[in-house]
Amino acid sequence: MKLRKKLSPESIFHFFNTLLMLIIVVVMLYPFWYVLVCSFSSLYHVQNSTFILLPDGIHLDAYAQLFRNDMIPKAYVNTIIVTVCGTALSITLTILGAFCLSRKNLPGRTGMTLFVVFTMLFNGGLIPTYLVVRNLGMLNSLKSLIFPTAISTYNMIILRNFFSSVPDALQEAAIIDGANQRTYLLRILLPLSGAAIATITLFYAVDYWNAYFYSLIYINKRSLLPMQAILRQALMTSEFDTMMYDDGIMNLPSEMLKDAMIVVTALPIICIYPFVQRFFVKGVMVGSVKG
Amino acid sequence: MLFLPVLVWYLIFCYAPMGGIVIAFKDYKILKGIAASKWVGFDNFHYLFSLPSFRQAIVNTLIMGVQRLCFSFPLPILFALLLNEVRSPLFKKSVQTISYLPHFISWSVAGGLVYMLLSPDTGALNHLLVMLGGTGKNYLAISSYFHRIVLFSHMWKSMGWGSIVYLAAITGVDDQLHEAARIDGANRFQRIWHVTLPGIRSTIAVMLILEIGNILSISFNQIYSLINSAVLDAGETLDYFVYRMGLSTANNFSVATAVGLIKSIVGFAMILITNVATKKLTDGEGGIW
Repeated sequence: MKLRKKLSPESIFHFFNTLLMLIIVVVMLYPFWYVLVCSFSSLYHVQNSTFILLPDGIHLDAYAQLFRNDMIPKAYVNTIIVTVCGTALSITLTILGAFCLSRKNLPGRTGMTLFVVFTMLFNGGLIPTYLVVRNLGMLNSLKSLIFPTAISTYNMIILRNFFSSVPDALQEAAIIDGANQRTYLLRILLPLSGAAIATITLFYAVDYWNAYFYSLIYINKRSLLPMQAILRQALMTSEFDTMMYDDGIMNLPSEMLKDAMIVVTALPIICIYPFVQRFFVKGVMVGSVKG
Repeated sequence: MLFLPVLVWYLIFCYAPMGGIVIAFKDYKILKGIAASKWVGFDNFHYLFSLPSFRQAIVNTLIMGVQRLCFSFPLPILFALLLNEVRSPLFKKSVQTISYLPHFISWSVAGGLVYMLLSPDTGALNHLLVMLGGTGKNYLAISSYFHRIVLFSHMWKSMGWGSIVYLAAITGVDDQLHEAARIDGANRFQRIWHVTLPGIRSTIAVMLILEIGNILSISFNQIYSLINSAVLDAGETLDYFVYRMGLSTANNFSVATAVGLIKSIVGFAMILITNVATKKLTDGEGGIW
């Protein structure tokens, strides 16, 4: 009797649904796990195992080889510079823009909003943008990875909507108490918008960290490439092998080095992700509110 | 006054490139500059349409866009519906969080994961096939597999993140409706079909229309992280064509800009059309503006 009760359609559904969700979790995580395990395994294990689930101990050979020359550390420093400076610049400009667009009494506000939103609908395209960056003399400099992508109109609109939702009475009260626009922004509006600004800062930081395409068109000096670009070149071009094994000793297959590179590139994002993901989700929900 | 830096940024990095589009109608020579280059009218466009590789790029872009619409689009809806039925809140939250993760990984890393899983010597898939008695293949170098690889990697990366909107919409469905359906004897599938799904219909409609509007925008980053010369015929999208024409194998800035202009205009038209359509469908509430 008990058994039959357990096998009601309801519980069968839950069994298979849970199973499906577990399969999804495995599918989402296995590629990361696989690459992580390979990067720590011994060469013998990677080449001879049929299905790798666990490493055969912790071997750091691939990482040692990876950091033998200074290409990877340099690329890492480039990525960090671009991410830190870029995010700082982006968030500053975004706050300024969002603040102005959210002032209801500012003359020409509709015009400015149109001016900004139009760029979401129509753009010059890759080549004219490239020519502008070139004419500004930014080619082959980290500036080219920061300035052209400094403002995301989408993020600015999200923040503008948030600023607009702050009651006007607060501003009126501040002005009566003798605050000017700047004091109001710095002392009242920003402290109130902590969560929204944190979300947008994270969006920018992840974008800068993950960007790789622009570095491959604006920069052709290897010493200036960020990590993502080096990784892409390593995966797709054969010159990588001669780059990595510059001392001529090829003691590991380049596949394992690439595993280690993927781990090193993705690790910071994966490590901070569990702590910040709730901000991201909040950001999406804010963005879906129509402004 | 605070707006000045923002204004300057938009003028330099958004509006100046729009002005640069004129080179699509010129024979642009980098040494002469834009002003001194010769006007050629629509010659660049005529030249473009005579190129088989350009026509191939249009076809590839459309194929990838349509397969994305048919397979990548419904997946987050299905996922959200099933995830919503999970009983343990902790398990639900964990699955959700894990499913968002791939969204935050760059395409160069995601491309690397694909590359590693499919690698002919050490890849997991080939190991598995050999174990089952098959022979390994270098999937990334075979044209006929390319569209599928693009589709599956896109599904993997976007399924979880795409489901957020639907999960939020499902939360908004009135619990009393479920209660009533349950009392009337509806089983779980009937409740999903007759209560939850109609409840999120308008969200699905809006997302579908946005997706159709984006049909030509196959992520350049994705293609660039997976393509190689062996699969160029199947993998070249319009964006990749612009890149190859303008910055990689050739330096034909004018022709590449012409392609970019065509894409921008089609994209612009799509957005306008879809906005009108969304408004119609949702009685004036769902438009983007």
